[in-house]
Amino acid sequence: MTALTARPRGRSGLLASRLTILLFLAPALFMFVLFVLVPVAQAAHYSFYDWTGLGPLDKFVGLDNYAAALGSDTFRTAVSNNLLLVALSLLVQIPFSLGLAVLLNRRFTGRALFRLIFFLPYVISEAITGVIFRLLLQPDAVIDSGMKGVGAGGLIQDWLGDPTFVMITLFIIISWKYFGFHLIILLAGLQGIPREIEEAAFIDGAGRWQAFRYVTLPLLGPTIRVSVFLSIIGALQLFDLVFVITGGGPITMGASGATVDASGTMALDMFKTGFTNQSMGAGSAVAVLLFVFCFVVALGYQRLVLRRDVEGALTTNG
Amino acid sequence: MNLVPKRFLSGVALVALVAGACSSTATTAPTQAAVTTAPTATPAPTAKPVTIEWWHIGTTDPGKSMNAQFAADFMKLHPNVKINITILENEAFKTKLATTMQSGTVPDLFQSWGGGTLAEQAKQGMLKDITADVADIKDTVSGISGWSFEGKVYGIPNDLGIIGFWYNKDLFAKAGITTLPATWTDYLADVSKLKAAGITPLAIAGKDKWPSMHLWTYLTLRIGGGDNLAKMIASGNWNTDACTKAGQEVLKLNALNPYQAGYKSATYDNEAAAVGNGKAAMELMGQWAPTTQAADSTTKKGLGDKLGWFAFPAVDGGTGAATDGVGGGNGYAVGKNAPPEAIEFLKFMAQPAQATLINKNGVGLSPVAGTQGAITDPNLKMVADGLGKAKFVQLYLDQVTTPKVGSAINDATIALFLGASTPEKVCQAITTVASAK
Repeated sequence: MTALTARPRGRSGLLASRLTILLFLAPALFMFVLFVLVPVAQAAHYSFYDWTGLGPLDKFVGLDNYAAALGSDTFRTAVSNNLLLVALSLLVQIPFSLGLAVLLNRRFTGRALFRLIFFLPYVISEAITGVIFRLLLQPDAVIDSGMKGVGAGGLIQDWLGDPTFVMITLFIIISWKYFGFHLIILLAGLQGIPREIEEAAFIDGAGRWQAFRYVTLPLLGPTIRVSVFLSIIGALQLFDLVFVITGGGPITMGASGATVDASGTMALDMFKTGFTNQSMGAGSAVAVLLFVFCFVVALGYQRLVLRRDVEGALTTNG
Repeated sequence: MNLVPKRFLSGVALVALVAGACSSTATTAPTQAAVTTAPTATPAPTAKPVTIEWWHIGTTDPGKSMNAQFAADFMKLHPNVKINITILENEAFKTKLATTMQSGTVPDLFQSWGGGTLAEQAKQGMLKDITADVADIKDTVSGISGWSFEGKVYGIPNDLGIIGFWYNKDLFAKAGITTLPATWTDYLADVSKLKAAGITPLAIAGKDKWPSMHLWTYLTLRIGGGDNLAKMIASGNWNTDACTKAGQEVLKLNALNPYQAGYKSATYDNEAAAVGNGKAAMELMGQWAPTTQAADSTTKKGLGDKLGWFAFPAVDGGTGAATDGVGGGNGYAVGKNAPPEAIEFLKFMAQPAQATLINKNGVGLSPVAGTQGAITDPNLKMVADGLGKAKFVQLYLDQVTTPKVGSAINDATIALFLGASTPEKVCQAITTVASAK
């Protein structure tokens, strides 16, 4: 009997607390639904139509837009360009940022100044970065004459006009822009590691490298994993810089006889298909593909790699 | 008067512009004029307040101040009218207009290049049929058919011209070129002469694509003739002799390595700067070239009187007349909810008194009859003459077609200029997109 009277009380208590949670969540949930879920659903809806963006949605084409996107050389090139950027970011950009972070974690005069300088590119907007680098990379402009000055004139390329080099050029610009961001994240992580632990390793006879490899690096793991995650998502969604610097060019010819944007990315293809070509339906299909791509990568990464770091928050029984 | 053929491709009107400023013989019959019975008379002074939303792309002076003056003058005449001007940069304008239209609102008056985009907007009911309203000025403003769709007028041009070669007289003299090229063969020879003199002959824009697309269009037009070109546009079949031969001529030009350093990733502004700074001898461009060259040059003055103009040369063995042109210009379209005052304002700007200022200030070439005398610039006079002489004027290919086909034409042709394609592949790539559906 006691149990019976206790249960309703417990239930109503639970209900009340759930209601409180819901009440607090409601504003955020509302915004999320309105500005994230609804647009995603709308884009998915549009993607099944041949639609210019004006007028009614009346030409249902099923999966044609998806077939066209997946079959186009430009989209495939865009995917491989995005993946190339992901790979280069992970292999070059993050290790570079990590190295600098370790250096800047030491005590030396001018440390704050260096941190500021390295972080500066991140503060500049992408469009301005793009314009600056377009100017620097003009033939015989700053970069070319600088290279000639140090006797590397023979290595000068048509940085933005050569399909072979354009992605490397873009990657260097992206790295210049974002290494400072990763540097700050990693530096924050490094500063969260108590000095005592490293000192203990030194007392136990570990060398600098050993202390870094077996003590610092594992403790920095969660930070690195977050940095890697942001880097991957950033590389997949890249748009502004490419749009300003090359606009996807130079144009080459694909195997199927259609033109290909040599430096295109998925987001750029989405823009070009949707806005430049005014095929909002087809553009939406590209957008949905990009969304699915990022979603799968993000979810997979969170469940597989970030599992320990976000324990309980996202994965309850994974 | 020159005839205005109207052809249709997937529901989009293909428009050849009326050339010259002489009176036109009812090219756009006001069918169903009763649809818009908007009063065109000047509103009474007691009329209720009206706001006109006007979007234009004249970001630089003198055009910017001239437009502001037009609005101010009109508001003085009509105290009840308030004109809100939104000035947008070219590309930003296109994007903003597209998103605004999706939300269902349309500015009352906005920049329009006519052609396929205007046709699409008209088809979706975004524009107001002003056929009846402009019936009284259609004989004085040439080229209105470019801003029409299925016989109904949706806007009028305020600037109309043909594309031609703008060249640096000093650099031509330095290369020993005494007579301007009359044929494509001469032209190629002159390119070689410039090259031999250590001068960059021609500036193009690999990133923006369209400047060299016009060169290819001209070759196609000169080789195959206007009717042939119109047929390709209408049918979507570009696998033609003229198309392939035009590509082969481009390859001959490419072989001379005539373009400026960095042309593969150059923007139109880079191109204009190259000519405006005297680094490249020529560019193939429309009537706005001198203004842009000046704005993009380091001195902000451009070449001044060292700048000359000549029409695109004839191609040996081609069937197209050497006077035919590729052209177009700027205009304003009227939004679906525009008040009668907006149309009134549009017509106000097309009055000789106002339109003359366009020519006088060198902002563009007004298509309004009787304003040509106000052209002060000798080069612009040549452009106007060229337009007057042309029996056939092809509206810019990337404007006359749907945006998708236009984009395909730009992409396919630039690949050829960048040395990444073949003439046959260009024709096939355009055909694939243009003949779909």
